[in-house]
Amino acid sequence: MSESEKQVQESYLEYKGKYRGILGWLLSTDHKRIALLYLYAIIIFFFTAAVLGLLMTIEKANPGQDIMSAQTYNGLFTIHGVIMIFIIVIPGLAAVFGNFALPIMIGAKDVAFPRLNLFSWYLFITGAILGLLSQFMGDGPPDTGWTFYVPYSAESSTNVIFALTAAFILGFSSILTGLNFIVTIHRMRAPGMTWFKMPLFPWALYATAWIQLLATPIVGITLLMVIAERVMQIGFFDPALGGDPVLFQHLFWIYSHPAVYIMILPAMGVVTEIFPTFSQKPVFGYGAIAISSLAIAFVGYFVWGHHMFTAGISYWSRWFFSFLTFIVAVPSAIKVFNWISTMYGGSIDLKPPLLYAISFIFLFMIGGFTGLTLGSLAPNIQLHDTSFVVAHFHYIIFGGMGFAFLAAIHYWFPKIYGRMYNNRWANISWGFLFGGFNLLYFPQFIIGIQGMPRRYFDYLPQFQYGHMLSLIGAVILIAGLVMMTVNLIHARRKGAIAPANPWKGVTLEWQIPSPPPVENFEEIPTITRKPYFFGKND
Amino acid sequence: MGMWLFIFTELFLFGGLFLVYAIFRAKYTEDFHEAALELNTFIGTVNTVVLLVSSMTVAMSITAIQKGEKGRAIRLLLATIFLALIFMVNKYFEWGHKFEYHIYPGSPVLVNMPKGELLFFGLYFMMTGLHALHVLVGMVLLAVTIRQISKNKVRSDHYSLHENSGLYWHLVDFIWIFLFPLLYLVT
Repeated sequence: MSESEKQVQESYLEYKGKYRGILGWLLSTDHKRIALLYLYAIIIFFFTAAVLGLLMTIEKANPGQDIMSAQTYNGLFTIHGVIMIFIIVIPGLAAVFGNFALPIMIGAKDVAFPRLNLFSWYLFITGAILGLLSQFMGDGPPDTGWTFYVPYSAESSTNVIFALTAAFILGFSSILTGLNFIVTIHRMRAPGMTWFKMPLFPWALYATAWIQLLATPIVGITLLMVIAERVMQIGFFDPALGGDPVLFQHLFWIYSHPAVYIMILPAMGVVTEIFPTFSQKPVFGYGAIAISSLAIAFVGYFVWGHHMFTAGISYWSRWFFSFLTFIVAVPSAIKVFNWISTMYGGSIDLKPPLLYAISFIFLFMIGGFTGLTLGSLAPNIQLHDTSFVVAHFHYIIFGGMGFAFLAAIHYWFPKIYGRMYNNRWANISWGFLFGGFNLLYFPQFIIGIQGMPRRYFDYLPQFQYGHMLSLIGAVILIAGLVMMTVNLIHARRKGAIAPANPWKGVTLEWQIPSPPPVENFEEIPTITRKPYFFGKND
Repeated sequence: MGMWLFIFTELFLFGGLFLVYAIFRAKYTEDFHEAALELNTFIGTVNTVVLLVSSMTVAMSITAIQKGEKGRAIRLLLATIFLALIFMVNKYFEWGHKFEYHIYPGSPVLVNMPKGELLFFGLYFMMTGLHALHVLVGMVLLAVTIRQISKNKVRSDHYSLHENSGLYWHLVDFIWIFLFPLLYLVT
């Protein structure tokens, strides 16, 4: 066996390159290793932020002050939001599973710019560390909420600049990842893989990457303007200096609403891979799913105003943004119908990944419908800034993106590590997660309608039953998370050796050994068929 | 292609500022008009010419490397960096002049000006400052390219780095082409 052949055969986990040990990971430009670097960082931050969330729920178990002061509470929900949004949910699926699976699924050896890919990870870590430092440096943790609304973010005496800079750097990292993926998808598809022979996870990542590329710079410059306002008193957003605070909200949501689609599109892509595999049936409406990803990305640019219905924007723009908000629900619904039709008549194998994917649909639909409630003008006046909003976006972000992330872990775990986890424990921890999640967030809908405001650390006694239920749910949820993590860590160490294709999947990543060799393919495959061809008449 | 996409994001970055400019200009048309009178159109014009010429020299050096004329490519790039330096020096004097009149962000003179003029100068410093930062980055890129050419890493058959730094330089020029009329010529 010649040297180059050996390199092709060897698994990427075992491969020893120029650097040994930990440096072999930290300086690796291999897309699979970078994906795992992201994964580990994200898991650590996720547990941190989840514990912060639990602390907030405990604080709210009784009216009045329980375990922390109001100022600490303000700091907690800010850092919880910053970590969850900027460090976990926005990069999450794209950076971890996009990096791992995208090149393999389109038949490439790596992404287009491997070194740039590693650089994005370092930017990501720098941003994340800056975010953490904001907690310990200067005049106390920032207390503005993750949205950094002016004028408060320009006036708060806490250490807002660090958090702003962190978000800016994380955004830059996200831009570079998006750029890398677009070029990869355009230039590196295997011979014969035309656009409409590409699997749907890459399609979703493609739509996501364009949003990352085109929306993130806007929030970048906006955050810079807030920094300029704090440091140099350039008053773009300060009425006393001629500026306009509502302008900040516009600029912020021009990015941050599309950012919601940065979160959810890859999640949709993941479950689109899972449904055909576990139904052993081609995906229903391939074209509709691919195009609806692009449609969501496109329409998603024009709905930012629905965050500002109560901020004093004109009658016609409210009408316009509300209408477009309803339009953007259409492509999402198309996808839901397609997933269900994919399962219809298939030979369904209810393994953990499919379980997570089905609960994704369930939770995403609750999140989506409550989103429409919020997008209608009249209910919005009542529900704005209540815990109804909190419940809504947790259903979308955690119930949607989060559960898709867990689905993706369980789906690709055997491919990533070449080991199998314990199915029974995976199912049990799913039960805890799903039950705990609903118990945690559903009561927030109800007390939200009854008038419980968001971001308040104290409340009227009549809301206590809701917060109590939430606390029980949160504990169950955390227990489920711990169980799942233990199961996966155990599988990583001692799990049974996984075959190359444990789920009988048909996309390219299942056609190579588990874990994949360093160069992915011995020979770049030539694609002749549509994806999701299960060898039956269809 | 990567560089083209990156240029997209840069345009959106400045696009955010242009948007803010458009909104405040519409709100305070008179003040913007007055404030722009204070800017030195002469230095602005000189800088525009300097940047345009530097874009030309970059384009010429790319042609030179395609033809394999290493020495000429390096000389043209050096000329570009020299022009960029002239731009920065001009900028320095221009800003310095403003500071002499106590026009800088947060200064008492500025704060007491009409709201629109205040915002105009805020935008002026933010936009030209961010642009100057890009000029610096562009200069570094060009310098790296020169080094790679002299090490024969960039050759007539392998010049994508050269092309990319050239593209980036054109972007810097391009943004200035918009900044110049918006800030200096709106009088």
